[in-house]
Amino acid sequence: MKPAAFEYHRPASLVEALNMLASLDDAKILAGGQSLGPMLNFRYVMPENLIDINRLTDLQGIHFESDGSVRIAAMTRQYQIEQNDQLHERLPIFREALRWVGHYATRNRGTIGGSLSHLDPAAELPGLCALLDAQLSIKTEAGERLLSIHDWTVGFMQPGIEEQELLTDIIIHPWAEPHGFSFLEMSRQHGAFAIAGVACLLAVDDKNLISKAAISLIGVANGAVRLRDAENQLLGQSFSHDLAEGVSQIIDELDAPADAHHSGVFRKRTAKTLCVRALHQAHTQAIQRRSH
Amino acid sequence: MATLHTIAMTVNGQTYEGKLEARVTLADFLRHYCDLTGTHVGCEHGVCGACTIHVDGRAVRSCTMYAVQADGSTVKTVEGLARDDQQMHPVQEAFREFNGLQCGFCTPGMQMTIAAYLEENANHSERELRELISGNICRCTGYQGIVKAGLRAAERLREEQN
Repeated sequence: MKPAAFEYHRPASLVEALNMLASLDDAKILAGGQSLGPMLNFRYVMPENLIDINRLTDLQGIHFESDGSVRIAAMTRQYQIEQNDQLHERLPIFREALRWVGHYATRNRGTIGGSLSHLDPAAELPGLCALLDAQLSIKTEAGERLLSIHDWTVGFMQPGIEEQELLTDIIIHPWAEPHGFSFLEMSRQHGAFAIAGVACLLAVDDKNLISKAAISLIGVANGAVRLRDAENQLLGQSFSHDLAEGVSQIIDELDAPADAHHSGVFRKRTAKTLCVRALHQAHTQAIQRRSH
Repeated sequence: MATLHTIAMTVNGQTYEGKLEARVTLADFLRHYCDLTGTHVGCEHGVCGACTIHVDGRAVRSCTMYAVQADGSTVKTVEGLARDDQQMHPVQEAFREFNGLQCGFCTPGMQMTIAAYLEENANHSERELRELISGNICRCTGYQGIVKAGLRAAERLREEQN
């Protein structure tokens, strides 16, 4: 399989890239190419113009801001996120989740901005961004806008971004309080897209009651979904297996997609089992971190 | 016809030049322009891992990267993996020792993947090594020989480092 012919453009700066996006017809951004590459090779997509932003070094890097937030530039490669020790200290769930993202060689090319823009419903990084209430910085020639990750998915594999816009940064505010985390996933083989996956953060107060909770699912809807109702039901409660099972029932209400391998019902059952396990793990860790 | 791009890159220590369309993958550039057919092309969509090579020191799929993107880069393929004419790379030695191959189609990609991984960190566990090669499909060996070879190569590399 060979891609159809396209014109290749390699901007030397972000300004030039934004200018190209504004002026070229039928243009696609080429980030790490680990999803777009196969789609081009299959001729699922045949853009006239490809804008390669791989050499824009100002779109790479993980920045720890003075307000406590973490800004990950869109072209930061998945391996760079996985291997960054400072990020691991602040947001250990990233390393845990990245193990599941593709394979070693694809993580060497794949980028966080590319994952978010491709927006596969089973992809891990959009799930993490939803879990962490990430803000997305989106630029055009005219300026910048900030968009909540929760407004990012507008349809199946469809991010809410205009043709002339470029996702440039992912901004995350890690929880200030000590908390536990868990990332669990089930797939047919390692590196394959998830049947279902769960990311979860949990904090407890000095009476060991749940004070904060976030649960994000992948693979069971059009995009990553937050289980807001389940999170709310956990608040102020003392953790138990029954509580975890109870709040996970809400997954039944999702409209999970079916494919050749797995029915929607199977995906939801898998997600429920993983959700209960993830809550257990995150809770155990939350207690440990609290007592330290 | 789309624009032709003039590119140059260093492959296994030698400079190669080409004039080609942007849609030519790096794998096809290596095979058809450089006559380096050691890099195998299996699925052409980043799944099978047969085309894995090193670009600027990191293992990548050469089927999901276009040659024009590697303009100016330093590339290593399986032809450049051996230490020299007399000495194979520890990963290659170990593949021979443990019969880590049968038909040989996946072998270049397997070896380039494992070599990059172990050169980055030779202390990986067997579980991590198995996770690693889940990104490379082999239809003959059943993987056991490859895992054993990987573990032995890691041992050798650790010995060299000490």
